[in-house]
Amino acid sequence: MSAVTEIGLTYAGLRRQAEEKATRLKAQAVIRIGSATCGLAAGAAAVKEAFEREISKRRLPVKVLETGCLGHCHAEPLVIISRPGFPGIAYGFVDEDLVELLVKNFLEGDDPCYEYALAALDPNDVFPTFEDFPRGVYEKKIISGESGIIDPKEIEQYLAGGGYGALAEVLARPPQEVIREIKGANLRGRGGAGFPAGVKWELCDRQEERERFIICNGDEGDPGAFMDRSLLESNPHLCIEGMIIGAYAIQARQGYIYIRAEYPLAIERVNVALNQAREKGLLGESILNSGFSFDLEVFQGSGAFVCGESSALVRSMEGERGVPRHRPPRLTESGFRGKPTLLNNVKTFCYVPPIIRHGKDWFKGMGTASSPGTALFSLVGKVAHTGLVEVPMGTTLRELVFEVGGGIPDGKQFKAVQIGGPSGGCLPESALDIPIDYDSLHEAGAIMGSGGLVVMDDDDCMVAVARYFLEFTQQESCGQCTFCRLGTRHMLDLLTAICQGKGDLKSLDTLKDLAEDIKAGSLCGLGKTAPNPVLTTLRYFREEYVAHIREGICPAKMCPDLIVYYIEPEKCSKLCNVCVGSCPVDAIYTREDGLKAIDQKKCVKCDNCLKTCPPQYQAVIKLSPPEKLAELEGKK
Amino acid sequence: MSEQVTITIDGRELSARRGEKLLWAALRNEIYIPHLCAWPEIEPPEASCRLCYVEIEGRERPVTSCTEPVIEGMVVHTRSPRVDRLVASAFELIMSDHHLNCAKCPQHKRCELQKIARERRLRLRPSRLTALPRRGERDDSLKTIYFDSGRCVLCGRCIWACRELARVGAIGFSRRGYKQAVTTFGDLPLAETACTECGECVEICPVGAFSYKINAGGERESL
Repeated sequence: MSAVTEIGLTYAGLRRQAEEKATRLKAQAVIRIGSATCGLAAGAAAVKEAFEREISKRRLPVKVLETGCLGHCHAEPLVIISRPGFPGIAYGFVDEDLVELLVKNFLEGDDPCYEYALAALDPNDVFPTFEDFPRGVYEKKIISGESGIIDPKEIEQYLAGGGYGALAEVLARPPQEVIREIKGANLRGRGGAGFPAGVKWELCDRQEERERFIICNGDEGDPGAFMDRSLLESNPHLCIEGMIIGAYAIQARQGYIYIRAEYPLAIERVNVALNQAREKGLLGESILNSGFSFDLEVFQGSGAFVCGESSALVRSMEGERGVPRHRPPRLTESGFRGKPTLLNNVKTFCYVPPIIRHGKDWFKGMGTASSPGTALFSLVGKVAHTGLVEVPMGTTLRELVFEVGGGIPDGKQFKAVQIGGPSGGCLPESALDIPIDYDSLHEAGAIMGSGGLVVMDDDDCMVAVARYFLEFTQQESCGQCTFCRLGTRHMLDLLTAICQGKGDLKSLDTLKDLAEDIKAGSLCGLGKTAPNPVLTTLRYFREEYVAHIREGICPAKMCPDLIVYYIEPEKCSKLCNVCVGSCPVDAIYTREDGLKAIDQKKCVKCDNCLKTCPPQYQAVIKLSPPEKLAELEGKK
Repeated sequence: MSEQVTITIDGRELSARRGEKLLWAALRNEIYIPHLCAWPEIEPPEASCRLCYVEIEGRERPVTSCTEPVIEGMVVHTRSPRVDRLVASAFELIMSDHHLNCAKCPQHKRCELQKIARERRLRLRPSRLTALPRRGERDDSLKTIYFDSGRCVLCGRCIWACRELARVGAIGFSRRGYKQAVTTFGDLPLAETACTECGECVEICPVGAFSYKINAGGERESL
């Protein structure tokens, strides 16, 4: 029997077993509980317990599965109930009462309680599916399609959907063909910079040294970004399969998945997945009886943002301080232990199996010519439907924020979208029609980044936002090179002064000059991109900086030193005491007429009174500049 | 393949060893390029001080000369508006974090910072940036050597010398970002470490951060 047939037969055996199991599962009622970290934080564990309690109380033959994240973060906790004879239905905002209702009416009875349903998963005549909603129209799930559906701790569920099929296919072909396919697909690295993955694979393969390593970068650290975590928690085998294919392509025998220690659940699920893959012969000696041997293990990063930079990541794996080094040599020439090393992001590896399965032309059929495929974003901030969304490249920011994300909540105005994390930029309304791809975003001053997308409304001060990101990069700078260590520190000092109303217009020039020098002069990508939030806000929101400096006004009323809280007597009610109780420093007192007022000397601007003032009064307002207070009080 | 290559720096044709780093080729031929962290034996170079920028014809952007191997026919300019701006900016940043008190510093007139300022006509005192608060305390615990972290420019040469030349390893980098410092394990005083007071750190320090203690007779204090 030829090796090729043997690989095919071995895989077919695994697949058949898995499919039989899947068929049995389909024949019974199944509850899938979104139990990625996000779901668990929203209360998924209690929901699961409640389901199990109700089911055993009623002695129902129902299976409860912990799945990953379906991507609809705004509706967590989220469950999917599948019953033979009904389409799978997803329910959001599930609490114990809803659990009881669903078990009683839908699992015991036959009423799917559509009034509580988010959407159906399978097309049917009764209830709309996710695809029928605006978000579903734009979304195209290539790498997140099985997230939230399959049980990440059951390799069979991945196998039953065709998982590891790409690997079986690849093992029967010469390694160079795999590289050609990935290169032909023009898959660009999803870690942020967009370097063509196929070219990287080829560079690694061209090295004379035969001992090679493959590393997956799961050191996701951008504020507001959780794509990699979600993928590893929801569908770890996808990334693992991509890595094994990559390892075969460059003939590596050992690989590592670098996951930050702050992602304990991802680490746990990946370890379970690795063990199951080993048991099935998909990892280890002679994978699928092909003669190709490769193993993978998890390396836990211990919490430095800069270790997401590839050379720092490798150094930290070697036991050194996690600081970037000058390149060249590239990692593909001299990486882990001085050997050729292929390092790609979690998402990049996740795209590999679907590209192999469907071919490069299928992949290039999506997205734009220079950035084919899809992009996975964590859409967060001031947007109605926060979530993990996967859209084709070339989708505009406007579509992403307003159609997929459902726009800005609470009747507020869109102000900016921060894309690409601390290395990215803040883009204004006028940039919303930019198609999302590596080159267009770069032109606008932002970067594609790894996929964090934070939406901001008119309550967000752009100077404070720039300051926030600078504070982050300053704290996370490794400190070795002059520009990043000291340049970001000076920029932060200047921004702090502006936020306190102590800046001058000259400091804006210094900021810009410093930013340009840091970009041009820093050693690594972290430093080279750290000024982007400042440069973009200076470019698009200069008038906000000027208002802080010239008039001492924070237009968004966010910078504590430039605002005061004030209770409007004409709106305040004698019958209400809520603000008094909410104030942590006893700054609010009751006037002789029974209305409330703020002792400005005591006020710490915590915002509690404004948040707690009942909606029928809305008597607490913010004033900027603080001098307005005297004006108002003078009038009275 | 010949071991020597011919390169041009600022219009001067020079011969250099194939593969040697541009910075050393230039310095050997008395063409000055500012540098702090570089040292001929430190390989691979740290490239962290960001002062040794030059322009190489055919390259899009200025590059650090400490990391650039020479190749036949390379044409280099040590000065250009872009290089001057980067060097001036990096230098001002370093000076904003340097406890400036030259008159009392034993390295006065031998200091690499003074040399850079002289060669590139840069001011020692930062002009557009505010001086940052003085970092750290002076460690006086040893008999013959002291370490003044306020003067330290974090080039890391002392750490290399302590490990590779003295084979002691009493000092290292700790912390990150602006808080990064040259220090001992657990921030112990130097006297409580393996330090042998061999003086390699003093010899290699480009500024006066590691210095000898001088006795009343004006000589180095002896152990």
